[in-house]
Amino acid sequence: MKTQRNLTLYFRIPQLSYRVWHVWRRDQDVFMKTYKVNFIPPLIEPLLYLLGLGVGLGGFVQLPGGLRYDVFIAPALVGVSMMYASFFECTYASFVRMYYQKTFDAIIATPVSLEEVIAGEMLWGATKSLINSSIVLGVISLFGLVRAPFFWAILPLSFLVGLLFSSIAMCFTAITPNIDSFNYPAFLFITPMFILSGTFFPFSALPIQLQTVANILFPLTHAVTLTRAFTGAEALSPTLLLNLAWLLVTTPFFFVLSINLMKKRLIK
Amino acid sequence: MQSQVLIEAKGLTKKFGDLTAVDHVSFQVFNGEIFGFLGPNGAGKTTTMKMVNCVLPLTAGILTVADMDVTKRARDIKNMIGVAPQEDNLDPDFTVFHNLIVYARYFDISNVVAEKRADELLRFVQLEEKRNVLIDQLSAGMKRRLILARALINEPRILILDEPTTGLDPQARHLIWDKAHSLQKQGVTIVLTTHYMEEAAQLCDRILIMDNGKIIEEGSPENLIRKHAGEEVLEVAYDEAVLKFLKETFPEARLDVVSDRIQVFTSQPKGVFSQVLRKFDFKAAMIRDANLEDVFLKLTGRRLRE
Repeated sequence: MKTQRNLTLYFRIPQLSYRVWHVWRRDQDVFMKTYKVNFIPPLIEPLLYLLGLGVGLGGFVQLPGGLRYDVFIAPALVGVSMMYASFFECTYASFVRMYYQKTFDAIIATPVSLEEVIAGEMLWGATKSLINSSIVLGVISLFGLVRAPFFWAILPLSFLVGLLFSSIAMCFTAITPNIDSFNYPAFLFITPMFILSGTFFPFSALPIQLQTVANILFPLTHAVTLTRAFTGAEALSPTLLLNLAWLLVTTPFFFVLSINLMKKRLIK
Repeated sequence: MQSQVLIEAKGLTKKFGDLTAVDHVSFQVFNGEIFGFLGPNGAGKTTTMKMVNCVLPLTAGILTVADMDVTKRARDIKNMIGVAPQEDNLDPDFTVFHNLIVYARYFDISNVVAEKRADELLRFVQLEEKRNVLIDQLSAGMKRRLILARALINEPRILILDEPTTGLDPQARHLIWDKAHSLQKQGVTIVLTTHYMEEAAQLCDRILIMDNGKIIEEGSPENLIRKHAGEEVLEVAYDEAVLKFLKETFPEARLDVVSDRIQVFTSQPKGVFSQVLRKFDFKAAMIRDANLEDVFLKLTGRRLRE
C-alpha cells in the first residue's frame, strides 16, 4: 500500500508544454555568450588523449584482431564527452542556478512550471552532450579515426545519452544537501565508469562479475559500445539493439524520477 | 470599479509539516488599491504572497484571483501577476537589458514587443544608463529597481512587492514609493509586504496585520492608528513619581514602560498633553503624533522574532 503510494509519488508523469524551450533557450543564451571558452574542453581533451594514449601508449598495446589503439579509443572519447558534458551541466551548473542564483524561483513566478524548468534544464544538458560530442567527433575524424558511413548516428545517440546522464545528474541534484556532496557521484559513479566501461581497454578483459555489474549499472558501457560500432572501429552486430534498448528504457525512468524528486525538494 | 474584489481568500491555510505558517486567513483585495501585509518575521506574509502567485500549493481553504481558483488556473493567474520577490534572483549571467528580454520570453512575449517594453521600463525605473551592464555591477537599489521593472514586463494587473525597500537608502526607497504610486494611477493593483511602518502608512490604502499566521487587524492606516494609538503620544523619561502622576491624570489612557521611557496613549483629542506639559516640567518629555508603529507594537508585542 505504502510502496504503491510512493511509486505514484516518484513516477507521476510530468505535464510539459512548449515552455520547456523557454528554459532551454535561457541556458543556450548563456552558453552563446561564452561560446569560445565552452569550446575549449571538447577540442583540447580528445587531442591530449589521442596524443598521450593513442600515440604514446598505443605503441605498446596489441588489441585482438590487430585493431589500432587510437582507432579503438577514439569513439570512447566521443562517448565520454557525452557523459561529462551532460552530467556536470545538470549537477554543478543546475545546482548553482537552483540554489545560489535562485534562477528556478524567478522562472516559476511566470507561467512556466517547475516541471518545465527541470525538463528544460535536462534538455539543455542533452544538447550540451550533442554539441561537445560533435566537436570530439570532428577532432577524431581529422585524424582519420572515423571509418564508417553511418557515423552520423552518433548525433542522435549523443542526445539520448546526454538526456540519460542529465536525468541521473538531476536526481543527485534533487537530493544533494550541498554542492560539495557532488563529489560522491562524481568519484563513485562517473570516474569508475570512465575507467571501466570498455573505454581504454576491451570490455572482455574485465572479470566476468565486473562485466555484469558494468552492463547493468554503467550507461557509458552502452554508449561506448554503440559509438564504437558507429565509427566503424568495431563491426555492427544485433546485440547493439540491446545496448540501445537499455538506454531507451532507463532514460524515461530517470527523466520522470528526477522531475518528481525536484518537485519534492522545491515545492513544500 | 473600486470595490471590485480582485483577490479573495477564505480560510486560507498553509502548513509546513507541524508548523502552521498561515492559519485560516480570510481577506479581500479590491481592484486598484494598494494593499499591505504587515507583520513580524515569520508572520506568514511571504507564504501568503506565494500562494497568491500560485507557486506554493494550499493546505486548505479557497483562494481566487480575478475569480479564478489558484489550484486550477495557475498559468492564467501567473500571466496577470508581476512579482518583485524579497531576495535578488536576477540572472547574473545576463546584462540588465537581457534580464528583461529573457524574462519576457517566459510569458510568451515576442522579442519585438519585449525589446520595446524593456527600454520603456528601464526608463521608468531610471536605469537606461545601465542597460548593457552585468547584474553584479549594480548597487542594491539598482537591483531592486530592475526587479521592479522585470515584474512589470508582462504588464500585470496585479503587482506583488515582497519587502520592496528592505536595505535601501532613503533616496532609493522614495523612488520605489513614487513608482508604486504612479503604477496605481495606471490602474495596477498592488499587494505588498513590509515591516516598515512608514512605508505602509505612505503607500497603503488598506493594511492587514498578521502575526503567527493569523490576521490580527485590518483597515486603513488612519483608522487603525486612531483605534489603537489615538491621536498623540506623550513620551517622558521613566520616574516612579511621574508614572504615578500620569496614571492619575489620564485614568483611561494606556501607559507603556519601554526601557527607560514612559509612553502614554490616549484617545482624547489633541492638546491634552501640552496642557499637562505646560504645568509640569518632566524630564526629556515630548509629544508626537501616534503612528502605525505604535499600533504594530501594541498588537504584536515587543518580543523579538527569529
